Amino acid sequence: MNNELREHIIKLFESDTRLDGRKLTDYRPVKVDVDVTPNAEGSARVKIGDTEVIVGVKVEVMQPYPDSPDEGSIMVGAELLPLSNPNFEPGPPGIQAVELARIVDRGIRESKCLDFKKLCIKEGEKIWMIIIDICTINDAGNLPDASALAAIAALKNMKFPECKGDVIDYKKKTSKGLGLTDTPLSVTVIKIGDKFIVDPDSDEEKAIDARLTVASLSDGTLCAMQKGGDVPLSAEDIAKMVDIGLEKGKELRKLVK
Amino acid sequence: MTYKERLDKRKFDEPRKIEAKAGVIPNADGSAYFKIGNTAAYAAVYGPRNLHPKFLQDPSKGVLRCNYNMMPFSSSGERVRPGGSRRSKEISMVTQKSLLPVLDLAEYPNSVVDVFIELPQTEAGSRCAGICAASMALADAGLAMKDLVAAVSVGKVDDKLVVDLDYKEESYEDGPVADIPLAMMPNHDEITLLQMDGLISKDDLKNVLEMGKKVLKDIYEVQKKALKDKYRQK
Amino acid sequence: MSEISVKDKDIAVPGEVLAVGMDSFPGIGTYREGENIIAALLGLVQLDGRTIKLIPLSGRYIPKKYDTIICTVIDVSFSGWRLETNSPYSAMLSMKEATSQFIARGADLTKFYNIGDHISCKIVNVTSQKLVDVTMKGMGLFKLKGGRIINVASNKVPRIVGKQGSMVSMIKDATKCSITVGQNGLVWINGTPEGELLAVNAIRKIEEESHLSGLTDRIKEFLEKNKSTIKN
Repeated sequence: MNNELREHIIKLFESDTRLDGRKLTDYRPVKVDVDVTPNAEGSARVKIGDTEVIVGVKVEVMQPYPDSPDEGSIMVGAELLPLSNPNFEPGPPGIQAVELARIVDRGIRESKCLDFKKLCIKEGEKIWMIIIDICTINDAGNLPDASALAAIAALKNMKFPECKGDVIDYKKKTSKGLGLTDTPLSVTVIKIGDKFIVDPDSDEEKAIDARLTVASLSDGTLCAMQKGGDVPLSAEDIAKMVDIGLEKGKELRKLVK
Repeated sequence: MTYKERLDKRKFDEPRKIEAKAGVIPNADGSAYFKIGNTAAYAAVYGPRNLHPKFLQDPSKGVLRCNYNMMPFSSSGERVRPGGSRRSKEISMVTQKSLLPVLDLAEYPNSVVDVFIELPQTEAGSRCAGICAASMALADAGLAMKDLVAAVSVGKVDDKLVVDLDYKEESYEDGPVADIPLAMMPNHDEITLLQMDGLISKDDLKNVLEMGKKVLKDIYEVQKKALKDKYRQK
Repeated sequence: MSEISVKDKDIAVPGEVLAVGMDSFPGIGTYREGENIIAALLGLVQLDGRTIKLIPLSGRYIPKKYDTIICTVIDVSFSGWRLETNSPYSAMLSMKEATSQFIARGADLTKFYNIGDHISCKIVNVTSQKLVDVTMKGMGLFKLKGGRIINVASNKVPRIVGKQGSMVSMIKDATKCSITVGQNGLVWINGTPEGELLAVNAIRKIEEESHLSGLTDRIKEFLEKNKSTIKN
């Protein structure tokens, strides 16, 4: 890791600007498209600058977990596809992919915007499992926010397939969706030196001291958090980062219908 | 029984609707998107680049590596478990064999050209769509190529020879089906991929390959336009 | 008499027939098959008398003798440094070629160049197996401190440099930045934040539009229009 790049980035921050000319709390242009891949029950593509992620939602009928016989659930998987970054190799998900999936999972599950009891088909026997798969198409920085945004957009857009007894007819979609009661949004706030930014590009990601992913509901309640990076954060830092996360969350939420 | 009219009303030698775009993945050295009917493929090329471990290196020329994968939500039925399968391993291998003949990798000893193919949606003809996208991506990456490679499935449904079997035709139950993925260099008479599932006579095979050759020339025109469009004045 | 089916600055795709007839000649990027001259890569047509050339529009950098390139130190041994060259092949900088100063045997080489440092150097030799040797002894070769490095397509470098350095000089003047362009597609830019950003944007514009005519004028106009963002 070249310290020169980090020093240079910090110097730019002092002029309130970044490598690509953005302000510290500016996102690159964000684009959300839904229903982008017809074989999924729900899907979305999110572009943040050049970063691009596709999320598809599939449903399966399964047996419930023994400790929650009247509840369905969600499962989030993430694949850092080798086509999206020269440093990604084919193979099972490494720790970066696992953390990404778990952060997105936490943001949705803990928001309680999806009532798992509504996913029960027959108590103790059959429940709906909602499987969210994140696939990266181009990694130009900030995969966590792009993934979380695509995941919630795909969930909102999802329609259950027709189910006759035990057999699911995936080719026929009903008009019934998940009925989410809120739109949880994730924003990752980055600390480099003593300044905070959002939406790091690939160069800025190499210079991160610490990061805090903040998931929030539309009324400003926090529903999930994750700290990353090697440098510790003070309580003051966290308060500032949470504020930025809430403000940016409000802006991003407008892009999800 | 006779297959009077195709289930989706296409002509017997008519492929599904095709869309193609080059340069869709900024990080890659070359990339492309190719869609035929409801089957779509992304291809990205990284290389020539360093190859590890060392025992894989070839001191006389670069090595071509292909990786074909379907995204979990791509199938029109159940979710596809991530991690590949025996099928995707085989498709990766035949894809590599279908592309290698057009490439000249002598300028890049000890290095690798990696091709990654990912499909967000599949509905028959996925390996052919992958090959079409991959050959565009290789050209987009600036590699020396004798020709592009175009691919489409041909075959026989009941008593009719057809081009580009869709999902319903692949699983047709009212008569015999032959499904033949075919890849060729469109400007040369050279076939680089040929596989077959099903039953077909020697003469029918000869005729259906001729049908395929004509359609592959049309597919080449689409690939060509997509590559040129990337550089047109905006 | 040859029939040439393309004009200068057309874009050609592998497999495309560029000319038919035995009195045209296949230049770089093309090959002859029977009567036909055929495109061997995705490139820009350049007609040179009766020779048809194709200039590649993309492609990774492959090290060439005498090229000046920007590298990153990835390893330090007791006899020299190994460098990342933005190509499939790493390069070696030996103690002897690093500096005209005397370096004692067993000295700590990281005091000169350490892992992560960026340097501009010149390729002195490339073997058939693509083993690359470089030197730091020469004009304009030094450790790059500060600034930022961007990655451009290596075949756009001639347009970014311009005839006798005219294009890059124009950018340096307008942005007041120091700029070093490596043949391997790495470009080092050092100046004020606004100056660097303008230089980066101008270079990206050249990358995107290098195959279109009137480039020099358009870049000049672009720099004029945006010069006001540079504080002096």
